[in-house]
Amino acid sequence: MTAPGPFAFCLRLLRRQLLLAVRRPIEIGNPLLFFAMVVALFPLGLGPAPGQLASFAPGILWIIALLSNLLTSDAVFRSDFDDGSLEQLLLSPQPLYLSVLAYIAAHWLITGLLLALVSPLFALMLNLPSAAIGSLVASLLLGTAVLSLLGGIGAALTVGLKRGGMLISLLILPLYMPVLIFGSAAVKAAVTGAPVGPYLALLGAMLSLAIALAPMAIAAGLRISIDA
Amino acid sequence: MWSFFHKLGSPPWLYGISGSILRWLLPLTLLALTTGLVWGLLFTAPDFRQGNSYRIIYIHVPAAVVALAGYYVMALAGAVNLIWKMKMADVAMKAAAPIGAALTFIALLTGAIWGKPTWGTWWVWDARITSMLILLFLYLGVVALYEAFDNKEAAGKACAVLSLVGMVNIPIIYKSVDWWYSLHQPASIKFTGESTIDPSMLYPLLLMITAFYALFTCCLLMNMRAELLQRESRTNWVRKLARDGGRD
Repeated sequence: MTAPGPFAFCLRLLRRQLLLAVRRPIEIGNPLLFFAMVVALFPLGLGPAPGQLASFAPGILWIIALLSNLLTSDAVFRSDFDDGSLEQLLLSPQPLYLSVLAYIAAHWLITGLLLALVSPLFALMLNLPSAAIGSLVASLLLGTAVLSLLGGIGAALTVGLKRGGMLISLLILPLYMPVLIFGSAAVKAAVTGAPVGPYLALLGAMLSLAIALAPMAIAAGLRISIDA
Repeated sequence: MWSFFHKLGSPPWLYGISGSILRWLLPLTLLALTTGLVWGLLFTAPDFRQGNSYRIIYIHVPAAVVALAGYYVMALAGAVNLIWKMKMADVAMKAAAPIGAALTFIALLTGAIWGKPTWGTWWVWDARITSMLILLFLYLGVVALYEAFDNKEAAGKACAVLSLVGMVNIPIIYKSVDWWYSLHQPASIKFTGESTIDPSMLYPLLLMITAFYALFTCCLLMNMRAELLQRESRTNWVRKLARDGGRD
């Protein structure tokens, strides 16, 4: 049997990750459920006045997206690290850059993409003006992809540690902050009728930079964690 | 030249040379710090708008400048450790993180104290201030990650990767006052073109910045020496040092 080419291998890995996720639908449902529950916390904590909620909605929705991404990032490499298949992947002749990208793409498809697609529902619950919903979805699509890539760095560095959970937040949240700033600024701009393009362009620039560089950091992090 | 490079990898040699550097650098640093503080706090004219409150600039600006530079020291030492596997670079990286965190904290604290009389508030969520806060978190993240690993070799490499990733933030902090309209003023000292600060205030400030760089170096070397002794505590040279009462 001949080994598949790097891109074919990458696609197979992506398919495997998605298949694993589909076989355990609760893993896909949990982040969405988390999103819904935290949305419900804000009217309880801030008071249900619609005008006030609407003005906080861009920030609230972005922060929840960020948190649910953070909470799922920890598990990206965890099970494959535990059962040893990650070590086999590192030993295989396939380029680790592409393999890592497949892991991250799978993570984004089952968290970020779904979150972005269901976010209009929660936006309506928080009275976000409907004019801003398009840019909310667009900013979340771009932004959560950056978050998945950055989260992968934290996951790779902490996967070998027994108590990684709290630590990964400390490592990754400072890196998430710029994404949050521009993501929520895009939605706020749409609410006030200002141009959204520049913010989306900046998020796109962050995404290009992250796609180019983050997989290298993730690959290095995985090698360190396997060696440790 | 190569023999120098090889010697850098030897803990006893590094311990010895850092000791002899500290012997003259530490008094010089303390002298510069005292001179700069006395000059800046007592012998410069008060600012025509801020009065005497501006004098905190002689601590605030040097601490902020060196906090940013310290991140490069930490990240580059980490890179050297990753690329050439130099153990002493790992020692330097580990030693730099808490010093950088302390300097960032000093910059934020003095900024808050300065902000109260001039801006009327302790804290604003302004681009420069927020990005300095992120810098503090980045430093603390490196410290926390290092402590989490039992295997210290892996800890050094993991922290090196993390600090290299975080290095993206440094130019953003540096340029934040130019890119965003913010309450924090843009840089007054310029390497090219006219500085917007009076020479009588500039010279003590430059002295203080130099003194803070020297202070960073001293703290870095002292931290590295402590770390070296701890790591090499089972070797003969450290035992001999302990027997001789700490004289090197």
